[in-house]
Amino acid sequence: METVTLTIKNQPDLYLEADNITPDAFAGKKADEIANLHVYVGREQHRLGDFFEVSGNAGATPEETKIVVNGDLSRVKYIGMKMTGGEVVANGNADMYVGAWMQGGKITVNGNVDAFAGTGMKDGELVINGNAGNYLGAAYRGDWRGMQGGKITVKGNAGSDLGTFMNGGEIIVGGDVDVHVATHAEGGKIVIKGNAKSRLGGQMVEGEIYVLGNIDVMMPGFAYREDVDIEMDGIKGRFALYEGDLGERHRKRKGQPIYAKLYQQIGA
Amino acid sequence: MTRTVTDVICPFCGTLCDDLEVVVSDDEKDLLEVYNACAIGAEKFLHSQAKDRITRPRMRQEDGSWKEISYDEAIEYTARMLTDAKKPLMYGWSSTNCEAQAVGSEIGEIVGAIMDNTATVCHGTSLIAVQDIGIPSCTLGEVKNRADRILFWGCNPAHAHPRHMSRYSIFPRGFFTGKGHTGRKVIVVDPRPTDTASLADVHLQVEQGRDYELLDALRVAFKGEKLPDFVAGIPKEKIYEAAETLKSGRFAIIFFGMGVTQSLGKNHNIDEAIAVTRDLNEYTKAAIMPMRGHYNVTGSGQVWGWLFGFPYAVDLSRGFARYNPGETTANDLLRRDEVDAVFVLGSDPGAHFPFSSVKKIYDRPSVAIDPHETPTTEVCKVHVPVAFVGVEVGGCAYRMDNVPIETRKVVEPPEGMMTDEEFLGRVLARVKEIKGV
Repeated sequence: METVTLTIKNQPDLYLEADNITPDAFAGKKADEIANLHVYVGREQHRLGDFFEVSGNAGATPEETKIVVNGDLSRVKYIGMKMTGGEVVANGNADMYVGAWMQGGKITVNGNVDAFAGTGMKDGELVINGNAGNYLGAAYRGDWRGMQGGKITVKGNAGSDLGTFMNGGEIIVGGDVDVHVATHAEGGKIVIKGNAKSRLGGQMVEGEIYVLGNIDVMMPGFAYREDVDIEMDGIKGRFALYEGDLGERHRKRKGQPIYAKLYQQIGA
Repeated sequence: MTRTVTDVICPFCGTLCDDLEVVVSDDEKDLLEVYNACAIGAEKFLHSQAKDRITRPRMRQEDGSWKEISYDEAIEYTARMLTDAKKPLMYGWSSTNCEAQAVGSEIGEIVGAIMDNTATVCHGTSLIAVQDIGIPSCTLGEVKNRADRILFWGCNPAHAHPRHMSRYSIFPRGFFTGKGHTGRKVIVVDPRPTDTASLADVHLQVEQGRDYELLDALRVAFKGEKLPDFVAGIPKEKIYEAAETLKSGRFAIIFFGMGVTQSLGKNHNIDEAIAVTRDLNEYTKAAIMPMRGHYNVTGSGQVWGWLFGFPYAVDLSRGFARYNPGETTANDLLRRDEVDAVFVLGSDPGAHFPFSSVKKIYDRPSVAIDPHETPTTEVCKVHVPVAFVGVEVGGCAYRMDNVPIETRKVVEPPEGMMTDEEFLGRVLARVKEIKGV
């Protein structure tokens, strides 16, 4: 695997739209060709090389390309957007849309990310070793297909609107989450190792939520069913199972409606 | 001698009353009296007659004082500001006519602006919900003639839309509602005992920020499923009762306002309220409608809808329309330093935005187009006074139920004063010259 290293040298006066920082755009290109790829600041088009020091050449295909981005990326949007393979490592805080619509490969952010990371994600892996903003793994505005596959892991906390319209894949949050988890979800799995506030599974049709900490307010549409023992992916213990959202539409199997499941840990 | 102009449209709130009578002097220069309007509407007409009204553009000087400039100088400053900026914000657009909104949109497209309207701090969240799950709505005429179950959620028309209740929602006698208010059941959901709540048959005093839970509980109740003993501070018996009241009507209408669109959950509250409406249609006829504030905020959503495909927060910087509230909304742009110039027309962000956003307007090249002196004109570099739409110039406006109504000119504007549309037309021509298009 070939490695391309980008180091930010000039901060944009507004924000940088860098949807070309992906193994797909870099594949088959030498360092100087990569520096010539375009980025946008507002309506003005610039070169990637105007803002980043570029070293190393890319592999022949996205799968053979690794991109390391260094420096303060808190004004850089769209890192790894729509990537299909290869690897991106961002060493610093990144702005919005990290790994949005990604279809394969792996992104690691050694810092925090702002909102809309993993929007409409189809496949691949997104690892955030800091905190995530709002709308992590959610659907783009107006889209009824949110995250469909792949895996998102957040070491710290996540914001509100986590996994909206999710219908596949997995999100694991190491810390706490804000309001609205898996709203409108029709599938997929969300694990919250810390505490949750309220509105978990509102309008949820199918899918699973696991909460290891507290829930401030349970949705009235979720009804307690039974206590169950669970052992999976390093999670082990006794959980209270709730089913819902009773107010929402649900498909039936053998005459019985299939509900979304919410598990809350109650014992070791 | 005086003359009375009838069937005048009120350019204040989204109710867009169309039955005002205005008395003007014979030479049509003075507006003397206003009949049928609410106190706010009447004041809007009479305020145009203020003797201390600003009638010429002004530019802020280094020492903080204003200096009068010509319209030509104001046009030059505005065109230069918009063409020099990499990402200008063009905000407001709710208190003007659709004709001006269309010209403004053309400028925005050429300079690569972000176009946002007052929905951004108002019913923009409703528009997100509508895009997510659709909306079963109707016109205010249908409400007047058919609705017998009226639900006001997080809104207070007694103060914000003063004639809404007498013209459409509670009191009027319509074709199938001959008994007026005695034939209607009114439910108000509000954490406060408001003046609207005092007119209601049922007041559900929801716990602050728990509207989403209460709406969900109504859906659970419609389906006859079990509820917890209390939801959002309201006992389950009252929720089952309210659900039954709504189901038993012939036509239910839900009106909602800032209490749900701008409290915790925002678009999700509306999303769930629309789902409640959809569920109600299993049992009876039901519709839902946002209580839009500015008289033509609905129109700016319509104009951008047909021009760009999105009703607010439209980012044109890359030459095609993008839309993502949370990123392309005025407050997020200002607070994150994403824009480098601010143009305001037909709105007062200085009064309604958080201080952190207003400070960013003050820090940037900025122009405010407004007939009044406002908190916004106080923080902008240039203030361009214009004629009052609906008083001194006509034009199209959209009522809160998306019905277009042509407003009327009743008096002449002060001598030599431009309208929004004329000013924008001149800026557009100058922008085209500078850009060579």
